[in-house]
Amino acid sequence: MAIISSGDFSRRMNRRKWQGRAFHALCLLAISVALGMLAVLLVYIGVKGASGVDWDFLTSFASRHPDQAGIKAALLGTIYVISITSVVAFTLGVGTAIYLEEYTARNNRLARLAKLNIANLAGVPSIVYGLLGLAIFVRGMHMGQSVLAGGFTLALLVLPIIIVAAGEALRAVPASTREGAFALGATRWQVIWNLVLPQAFPGILTGVILAVSRAIGETAPLIVIGALTFVPFTPDSPFSRFSALPIQIFNWTARPQAGFQEAAAAGIIVLLVALLVLNAGAVFLRNKFQNRDGG
Amino acid sequence: MQVADPILQTKNLNVYYADKRVVTDVTLDIVRNRITAIIGPSGCGKSTLLRCFNRMNDLIPTARISGQVLFEGQDLYAPSVDPTEIRYQIGMVFQRPNPFPKSVFDNVAFGPRINGFKGNIDELVEQSLHRAALWDEVKDRLNSSALALSGGQQQRLCIARALAVQPRVILMDEPCSALDPIATLAIEELMRELSEEYSIVIVTHNMQQAARVSHFTAFLMADDTRIGHVVEYGESRQIFTNPQDERTEAYITGRFG
Amino acid sequence: MARDELTGSRAAPPQGNLFRRRSWQQLLPERIIKITLILCTSISILTTVGIVSVLLFEAVQFFGDVSIFKFLTGTKWTPLFTSQQFGVLALVAGTMLTAVGAMVVALPLGLLSAIYLSEYAPDPVRRTLKPVLEVLAGIPTVVYGYFALLFITPLLRGLSEDIAVFNALSASIVMGIMILPMVSSLSEDAMRSVPRSLREAAYALGSTKLEVSTRVVVPAALSGIMAAFILAASRAVGETMIVAIAAGQNPTFTLNPLVPIETMTAYIVQVSQGDTPNGTLEFRTIFAVALLLFAITLLMNLLSQYVVRRFQEEYE
Repeated sequence: MAIISSGDFSRRMNRRKWQGRAFHALCLLAISVALGMLAVLLVYIGVKGASGVDWDFLTSFASRHPDQAGIKAALLGTIYVISITSVVAFTLGVGTAIYLEEYTARNNRLARLAKLNIANLAGVPSIVYGLLGLAIFVRGMHMGQSVLAGGFTLALLVLPIIIVAAGEALRAVPASTREGAFALGATRWQVIWNLVLPQAFPGILTGVILAVSRAIGETAPLIVIGALTFVPFTPDSPFSRFSALPIQIFNWTARPQAGFQEAAAAGIIVLLVALLVLNAGAVFLRNKFQNRDGG
Repeated sequence: MQVADPILQTKNLNVYYADKRVVTDVTLDIVRNRITAIIGPSGCGKSTLLRCFNRMNDLIPTARISGQVLFEGQDLYAPSVDPTEIRYQIGMVFQRPNPFPKSVFDNVAFGPRINGFKGNIDELVEQSLHRAALWDEVKDRLNSSALALSGGQQQRLCIARALAVQPRVILMDEPCSALDPIATLAIEELMRELSEEYSIVIVTHNMQQAARVSHFTAFLMADDTRIGHVVEYGESRQIFTNPQDERTEAYITGRFG
Repeated sequence: MARDELTGSRAAPPQGNLFRRRSWQQLLPERIIKITLILCTSISILTTVGIVSVLLFEAVQFFGDVSIFKFLTGTKWTPLFTSQQFGVLALVAGTMLTAVGAMVVALPLGLLSAIYLSEYAPDPVRRTLKPVLEVLAGIPTVVYGYFALLFITPLLRGLSEDIAVFNALSASIVMGIMILPMVSSLSEDAMRSVPRSLREAAYALGSTKLEVSTRVVVPAALSGIMAAFILAASRAVGETMIVAIAAGQNPTFTLNPLVPIETMTAYIVQVSQGDTPNGTLEFRTIFAVALLLFAITLLMNLLSQYVVRRFQEEYE
């Protein structure tokens, strides 16, 4: 009755089993290559830069002499720019998400268009945002090549990330929560402020941290708006010119002297540690909020 | 119940999910070329028992068994046995129709192709669709997506797909639970016809269906201490008209379950 | 609502209309909040409008001086030399070369990783490996650029002396690693959304795990996988720092990955770093190039969304 003779079948079965094992090995190999590259990258940077990271490195200005070069200006520049970016992107992003999720109907055509627009903005190359910032903030609004212009440019860049994450967090709040409050006569904003936002907060926070992590490492848009590569001063107002950590790394990488390449590696370590702390903080906060809600 | 030449047997079969025993001490002989129904209230381990016959439980990481399952006298769980070979000989139809998102033709041809069928595939597909009483409805749309068929047609397609590898046994896990009464009737008629050539084991929660189509019926139950043990097993006529165990009687007369 | 209204005497029914309209003091804050939120939402729309108009405004002026036909068909790009040529294909070729190279790395590795995570890895392994893999996507691109120029390139040059210090190959390899998590993560999501019942159906017909994965799961998830590929390719086209650091600044109309080239993005960086004065033709080139870059990536993103919508199988 069988459609295949048993001899044929078992010969073929052996081959299929062998192929299966080979494929399994191939998949494992693929993921190992990916993870191996990550390991090699981290070890390489660590070996090259670890000796360069010390207090002097963090508190000295850039220098023509690699062994005296530090990242004081770049680090402070990054902190200032990212502070502006965080505040602006958080406010605009959460505001947009609340409007799109809580104030518009699911099939509202304008809202759908806005969401499509946001999805596409997320795919625009970051360097294009640099040109936007250059034309609008630096020149159009006469901010110059300032901390403020850099912060605003990066805020627009990461805005879609926050909107999408906050939108998801808001959608995850059950409709029954809102209905229960509306049934008691609460206004829409009372419902959002007192019930929906607290529940959605951990999700929103994760999105914001994701966005800030992205902004910290962005280099290209800041180059385009004219961030400096050699700054012997720290920014003293939102309108002063600035450098940033990734810019400093880029500049040192491009130099032929081995000393600067090591300084770049040291800068990368500082950058990666900052990202690590940020993401660990996100995980910690999220767990804390989840536990509070659960208990 | 003693059976002369059983096609499938279980001996003291226990199935565990992690530490929980979900099939308890089942010893059962399945009769060749007949329809055997496994009935019982939900959560009594019917489907788990059925899935031991083609080792589908292997796909659940925490599942393990003790005891024996024999197919033509061979232990299906012997170390030398590959579950893939078992499933080639023991087909299965699932609770919900689950056609692949491919054409009608490719659905039926899937099994023969992976198993290295070298004959005339067009003929085999046509024959399988005929046997599943679906040919007339789909012969003009063999290349359109199987997902465009109705629920009842999809389930018959899944039966045709199982038939195409010409298995010895067909396991059916509540095959009509997602279908309307007319589609159900079509599948039941089909099962009666297929039982001339195939041994069929069907899990159902629908007692009328078990009484209508099956030759033999096993009644499974779960109580405080034992989940999935056989209360009574025998000819369907006897089980449904003259049950020996009062729990069987209580169940088939609708007093619980 | 005042407290005494709630606790007041039950005997006397409230006088007048039970359903008072809310007073303007109550409504005004709601109005203000709603308008504020609408303003927030309009920023993202204005961003798109801003990008398009800024690029168009400068590009239109550029195309007043340079023929758009010559721009799109020329293969020599020398706007900063005395003998200016504006053939953007030299930059497009560099961009495509590095992007295709990155896909050659990311596509097989990403898809196989996704199959491993979705079909083979035990749950605890998957839960551990997935976030580690995502770390690759979180590393700033300037770090990848450093790694490409100072680690991968010397390695490649050790293998063959024909490889230049700046080359597309090194940038491609590293960019491939960078976009790999995007390919694997989105593909894995698509594969995991394939219903379990389809896998069971295939196993029940006697399929091996390889056959279930490659003949049922991957085809059923194909729309999601394709969308992931296109999105990753678009990311590679727009990627800047890796190519700016490691691939060179020589606009070359070539498919040879061993020589220095220049991508569209790297060109924009090059001009931005230099002292080309605003408002000159040379400076406007970056807006024309950016407009083309924007159009290419936008088309790819739209295509990816279309693929998901058009070819997604509807399971119940």
